[in-house]
Amino acid sequence: MHAIYNFVSGPLAWVAFILFFGGILYQLISRAIMAKKKDAFIYEYWSFYHAFRSILHWIFPFASTNSRNRPVLSVVTFIFHICIFVAPIFLFAHITLINEAFNVSWWFLPDGVADIMTLLVIGACIFFLIRRLTQPDVKFLSNAWDYVLLALVAAPFVTGYWAYHQWPGNQLVTILHMLSAEILLAIIPFTKLNHMFLFFFTRGYMGSEFGAVRFARDW
Amino acid sequence: MNDEAAVDKNKIYDEGIEKGAEKLTPEIIQNVYRKMVDAEGGARLKTYVETCVSCGLCSEACHFYLSNDKDPRFSPAGKVKQTMAVLMKKKGRVSVDFMKRASEIASTECNLCKRCAMYCPFGLDVAYVMLFVRRLCHKLGISPQYIQDTAHSHSVTYNQMWVKEDEWVDSLQWQEEEAQEEIEGLRIPIEKEGADFMYSVIGPEPKFRAQLIYQAAVIFNAAGLNWTMPATPGWDNSDMAMYTGDNEIMARTKRLHFETAMRLKVKRIVMGECGHAFRSIYDMGNRALGWRMPPVEVTHSIEFFYELLKAGKIKIAQKYQPTVTIHDPCNVIRGRGLHEMLRYVVHAICENVEEMHPNREHNFCCAAGGGVINCGPPWKMKRVDGNKVKAQQLFDAKSRGAETCVAPCHNCHGGLEDIIHHNEIGMDLKFLGDIIYEVMEKPESVL
Repeated sequence: MHAIYNFVSGPLAWVAFILFFGGILYQLISRAIMAKKKDAFIYEYWSFYHAFRSILHWIFPFASTNSRNRPVLSVVTFIFHICIFVAPIFLFAHITLINEAFNVSWWFLPDGVADIMTLLVIGACIFFLIRRLTQPDVKFLSNAWDYVLLALVAAPFVTGYWAYHQWPGNQLVTILHMLSAEILLAIIPFTKLNHMFLFFFTRGYMGSEFGAVRFARDW
Repeated sequence: MNDEAAVDKNKIYDEGIEKGAEKLTPEIIQNVYRKMVDAEGGARLKTYVETCVSCGLCSEACHFYLSNDKDPRFSPAGKVKQTMAVLMKKKGRVSVDFMKRASEIASTECNLCKRCAMYCPFGLDVAYVMLFVRRLCHKLGISPQYIQDTAHSHSVTYNQMWVKEDEWVDSLQWQEEEAQEEIEGLRIPIEKEGADFMYSVIGPEPKFRAQLIYQAAVIFNAAGLNWTMPATPGWDNSDMAMYTGDNEIMARTKRLHFETAMRLKVKRIVMGECGHAFRSIYDMGNRALGWRMPPVEVTHSIEFFYELLKAGKIKIAQKYQPTVTIHDPCNVIRGRGLHEMLRYVVHAICENVEEMHPNREHNFCCAAGGGVINCGPPWKMKRVDGNKVKAQQLFDAKSRGAETCVAPCHNCHGGLEDIIHHNEIGMDLKFLGDIIYEVMEKPESVL
């Protein structure tokens, strides 16, 4: 068990982070080159003002028409996306690990708050799952991979919650927690989860084209 | 009746698709697909197809989806899932039947109106993906027959309607003569070098709606404008090649249009009330030619009428009395943000205005644009039934008193006319030019 723990928390973590950051860089650079070659007008029409204007309208709930049309989903996705970032980065246990390894640390969340945020993420995943299964258009659009991805997103939070509360088998679950988080980090750049960083470009371009060329709103 | 239509809908026979498909094999498809993706399938295509998280937030943006009992196959992302996503996943290894269906989806179930881009949180452009599929179908020779015919017409005559050069000049002179009976000395100045603007129209105007040229001449005459129309090919600003994905013909057609304006040394091009032509000149044709913005300034009629009314160059004798409602055409509203100018013009010429809802950028498409109406009679009922939401919008406006719908776009006219007729809505349909002509002061009128 110790050997596995050491492997998962050591080398595998490095691999995951390298794939995560390297993958993001690769996707951005390769796309930038491809766009220069085949979609040169993206550079021509790109406008930072209009890009940010559009991004801001789509990042906050109720700022776009479609978001106002779906208040529940808007609130759930907003909370989900905040928690999925904030909870792991500002978790005391994570910061402690990093502090032990690299002697750096930063502000952390009270454990109770992180706990609630974790539950919110899990709850949101269940909401997404139910939505995917019950709403006909979303069900039609979904393939098996969509469900797997959802499970992969939920896994680190479920196992993290489990491990923190020291439920039975928490040693194994801790390893699963690290493993699932590493898998998630590693696949983000290479799956549709890459909307984490591509969102800013797709939305930004649409905002630029609508704002600077079409003189129309896109929200 | 409805059930029959529903059954028939699944059995539409399009000679262009069927005959073209007879010549295809999976190997040909794969070969053409690979070449096309290598050459043109860039970062946008990859990102638009692969980054979609299938959240379904685009579904309710689409009039086809809403009008077909929320059938998921009509959701914008659903159309991508059934076409480009499969092609990309299988790297073009698809059957001939698959491509036939893909052609049908891309050409007859999407108006490229880009409303869904305003509902997708990521701003993924399904219209772009559908155009990519259409271009693939074009290269495979399985575009729907009727629209392919108009693309051929562009290729041969540089106009959409097989209008010959002498017929074109003849139509202008005929309209000039007609107008002279109403207004003495009225001219439709042909080939006038150095005029302030070249007025360009779409092929169907001389062919079917010649009175629009008459009306425009009366309006420009009353405003005392220095304008001209070309006598040569290049007069037509329309572009169905753009909608079959025949980018080469699109670029060739647009280049001649711009060059004609340059030859006449005009300051700008003013276009008639057409949406897709504006898209071709302002958005897609210029890009295909490598121009970030059109090389000659382009003004759509809505904006031009706005200028004329604002400057007081046209005086209104008595505003149009019946209550009107406004249809916002996608290509000049989402495509150019002319919605407030459109409202200025409508309020300046009409006494009572009842808005449709939703409106402006969020207005529902007419279901005719994007080349869908140009796919012709085989697809008509699918198109009309595919836009019940528009019928509801019109009914709703009518229940609040609207008797006339103003639609400053030719394709919208065609589509709305069919919707109004089929659903027995009983509403008049007018261009801005129709109403301006009717209500303006005509100082030199001899009638």
